[in-house]
Amino acid sequence: MSADQKIVIIGAGQAGGQAAVSLRQAGFEGMITIVGDEPAPPYQRPPLSKAYLKGKLDRERLFLKPLQFYEDSNITLKTGVSAQKIDRAAKTVALSDGETIDYDTLIIATGSRPRALPLPGAESSNVFDLRTLSDIDVLKPNVQEGRRLLIVGAGYIGLEAAAAARELGLEVTVLEMADRVLARVTSPVMSEFYQKLHETHGVTIKTGAMLAELQTQDGAVTAGVLKSGDVIPCDLVLVGIGILPNQEIAADAGIACKNGVLVDRDARTNDPSVYAIGDCAHRPLVHYGRDGRLESVHNAIEQGKIVAAHIMDAKRPVEDVPWFWSDQYDVKLQIAGLSQDYDEAVVRGEPTTNSFAVFYFRSGRLISVDAVNAPAEFLTAKRLIAVNADISPELVVDQTKTMKDILAEAMAGQK
Amino acid sequence: MVKIIFADHSGTEREVDANVGESVMEAAVRNNIPGIDADCGGACACATCHVYVDPEFLAKTGEQEAMEQSMLDFADGVQENSRLSCQISVGAELEGMKVTTPESQH
Ligand SMILES: Cc1cc2nc3c(=O)[nH]c(=O)nc-3n(C[C@H](O)[C@H](O)[C@H](O)COP(=O)(O)OP(=O)(O)OC[C@H]3O[C@@H](n4cnc5c(N)ncnc54)[C@H](O)[C@@H]3O)c2cc1C
Ligand code: FES
Repeated sequence: MSADQKIVIIGAGQAGGQAAVSLRQAGFEGMITIVGDEPAPPYQRPPLSKAYLKGKLDRERLFLKPLQFYEDSNITLKTGVSAQKIDRAAKTVALSDGETIDYDTLIIATGSRPRALPLPGAESSNVFDLRTLSDIDVLKPNVQEGRRLLIVGAGYIGLEAAAAARELGLEVTVLEMADRVLARVTSPVMSEFYQKLHETHGVTIKTGAMLAELQTQDGAVTAGVLKSGDVIPCDLVLVGIGILPNQEIAADAGIACKNGVLVDRDARTNDPSVYAIGDCAHRPLVHYGRDGRLESVHNAIEQGKIVAAHIMDAKRPVEDVPWFWSDQYDVKLQIAGLSQDYDEAVVRGEPTTNSFAVFYFRSGRLISVDAVNAPAEFLTAKRLIAVNADISPELVVDQTKTMKDILAEAMAGQK
Repeated sequence: MVKIIFADHSGTEREVDANVGESVMEAAVRNNIPGIDADCGGACACATCHVYVDPEFLAKTGEQEAMEQSMLDFADGVQENSRLSCQISVGAELEGMKVTTPESQH
């Protein structure tokens, strides 16, 4: 890569920011321009539904790097500007400020956006999303003791917000369409644990609950009406019903997309000068022999590093087992691997003690763990999955053995 | 401002000004110190912010919580003076502390 090369990164988020940092770390001397439509420099989203929402973290502490870093590293950071069109033949990107910039290499790191609530009233002034720093900044003044909060969707982010809101003294009701919370992402054991956890903290959880209507008055929602006819009066609404990849700018330029921008192990799209990373990318999942789209910090950072390595002709970093975490009240969940398609789940420990782990197997192979206040279980499983270790459900639940023993035993059986 | 010295495994030292109240990990990331990945941003969920603390300062870095201890148990190359730098809060008592980053964060 010569010093007159120009790299343009669309999206100033966790993945785009990482790619820029990794490129400079790897010695890339050409031009790097990051175009981001949010006003802030690349920042971490996880605290948005946790410490930041609770007011326990200053804004600057969310930033991946201080603003000065970009100047010092000769990275042009254009915030508050969106990329509108990619011209692959001319190798240019048209921006919302009227400028058109050239690239030799383009990195699409556009992330994802919240799915909108498909109901009249969803545009009301007291209906909030949970995606960006600005979302939280407009939400925060409304999060006040005694107010009634209605959360639509019981995924991790919605439940984290429920926990934060309870800690701030709001009355919280969570609606979930499925018959259990976290239905899309985890097992019934885990769903039951989290439902109880929230109920113990005073959250009202309604599962199998279809929101049919939002009642409004003067442009603000005053209640949610369920299909069943139940009316839930509220002062504010948070929507957490999943996200959609921001792939349109790629698709419009003729880049192959399928639930995300399709990329290979080096994060390259079907155009060799264009890469896609992070939430917007649909990538090979090497530990699972299939591909898919991940929505996690691990994925954004890893692909940021992979793209930099490929551009710099360096060795591809080893792909880690996908992982994720979630903090609710004093419960830390750490997830290693992907549990979809499991055919057997076993529990180590007792959920009632607030410290346990669910191990997931498929065709006799360990594929994932949900570890609740159980870091040893998390780290052990992560290592075992990485090497596709032969380990039995009986061994992982054997509490006469420590996780260290189990790790050693399974690794010894590896070869 | 509190002076913290980061040494890498080969001995190269970098001095940074840390802010009171931030974590040692945040001071490192702000100052672009190599060898501290901090993937989870300080949630005590990733163990990629592992450092060795100058033994003289170890007691001043505060108590380890159970979560940190278990995470460290599984880190490569743990020693008596291992800490997760995101769990050390910077205060005046750490002035001049040297921490060393391990060869790898896995
Ligand atoms: C509230 C919340 C809590 C979370 N908690 C966790 C957690 O605990 N653990 C975990 O692992 N993950 C968590 N995540 C997920 C994690 O934050 C994301 O997976 C990660 O941010 C993805 O990084 P990204 O760079 O792909 O996307 P983003 O960080 O979303 O960045 C993409 C950026 O591109 C911008 N953009 C889009 N289109 C354009 C355009 N055309 N022009 C210019 N800019 C554009 C977007 O506005 C955005 O700023 C959480 C997410 C949220 C929202
Ligand atoms: S930054 Fe992840 S554990 Fe310290």
